[in-house]
Amino acid sequence: MKPEEKKPGWKSLPMGAAVLEPGSSLKYKTGDWRAFRPVVDKGKCVNCLLCWIYCPDSAIVRGEKCVEVNYDYCKGCGICAAECPTKPKAITMVEEQK
Amino acid sequence: MTIVGMTGDEAVAFAVKQSKVDIVAAYPITPQTIMVERFSKYVADGEVQTEYVCVESEHSALSACVGASLTGARVFTATASQGLALMHEMLYIASGLRCPIVMGVANRALSAPINIHGDHSDMMGSRDSGWVQIYVENAQEAYDWTIQAFKLAEDGEVQLPVSVNLDGFILSHLLEGVDVLEDEAVSRFLQLRKPLFTIDPDKPITVGALCLPDYYFEFKRQQVEAMQNVPRVLGSVNKEYGSITGRDYGVLETFGMEDAEAAILCLGSTAGTARTVARKLREQGKKVGVIKLWLYRPFPTGDIIAASKRLKALAVLDKAVSFGAPYGALCSDVVSALHTQLERPQVFNVVYGLGGRDIEPSDVEFVFEEALRTSETGVVKEPVVFLGVRE
Repeated sequence: MKPEEKKPGWKSLPMGAAVLEPGSSLKYKTGDWRAFRPVVDKGKCVNCLLCWIYCPDSAIVRGEKCVEVNYDYCKGCGICAAECPTKPKAITMVEEQK
Repeated sequence: MTIVGMTGDEAVAFAVKQSKVDIVAAYPITPQTIMVERFSKYVADGEVQTEYVCVESEHSALSACVGASLTGARVFTATASQGLALMHEMLYIASGLRCPIVMGVANRALSAPINIHGDHSDMMGSRDSGWVQIYVENAQEAYDWTIQAFKLAEDGEVQLPVSVNLDGFILSHLLEGVDVLEDEAVSRFLQLRKPLFTIDPDKPITVGALCLPDYYFEFKRQQVEAMQNVPRVLGSVNKEYGSITGRDYGVLETFGMEDAEAAILCLGSTAGTARTVARKLREQGKKVGVIKLWLYRPFPTGDIIAASKRLKALAVLDKAVSFGAPYGALCSDVVSALHTQLERPQVFNVVYGLGGRDIEPSDVEFVFEEALRTSETGVVKEPVVFLGVRE
């Protein structure tokens, strides 16, 4: 995981928790919520895109031959691994290490 | 000078009318009803430009007020008792989103058993909700504080909701002479609200977004700061209001405290009775005084320390009970305020008037005598006295 970035203090934040910049949710990275991370085995992935359809956080990135995971936003819910149809699975959940 | 006969509720409604409020969303409940009834008449008769939103509950009333306030509108609502309890969730949202809503509260007991009469248990139960709380003694104060409440709430350093509390029935329904300002004078005093943010499709903002452990605490700290700014801002609001009305307000009002050895500290209409009794006792040479708080939240700690410096005994009157707590809410705050002082009065608590039970001058005299006895002996006989309850 990335070292924690310096966050603004109460004196500089807008009053009432208002978000003044539209479309700024991309700046709020939720990847550090993960306890397990999905890992794609590129050799097994058939690029069926079921994980891309099911991912509730749009954290699966499409590629030419196989998918990748955007770890900035992947919360580690494991739906992609559960839905992965290949046998054995191309996506497996691996415990995060500090 | 124009004196108009008005009940406390009517005085609040009239002040709101003169404050040129954009939106009122409220639900009627005894003993607040006249506030919204009278105001809806102003709307129906075309005397105000206000939009009156009829809602199906107090929860919806305050929800509508929050939405309206966030658009930059000046907003008023009013409630009491169960209505305030139903608003409870939204009280925190109004303060957390920094909505400078003003609310009239005709204080009333909470069920069960059901009771429509006045005590402070409704607002005392909401004392940590981030609302500024003002308690008034009579209809004149209800009028004056309602106008000043808008100026305080909307100040850039405050931006918090403010409740103006008046004792149910004793003040809400009592007809008194109220010295009112000209409409133009109120308009000059209040001017237009300058909101923090405006609604602009070209510059969209988000309010009420999720705030997790990494940010929530900072926004609560901002609210603490805003509360701490209240006494300073209130000072200038009171000063300006005093310059146009000749009526001086502050965070508290004292009587006889220059030389008092024993005193009563209380909120609201009881202060009038306490002052009358204190005057009589002082004529008999007894050194008694009265401290009446106008401002309960934020709690005027420094002013209470200053006012009670020479005191030997202080009786704190709570018109609400705090089950399982060492004292009623007001007394707990007073004890907390004084505990840092090496020389401080002996404090005892008097819980009174629950469910609207009347407090007579003889009851107040009993409390003064008890305080005088405590000042002489230096010993509190009973930390919490339940005044006038049958055994």
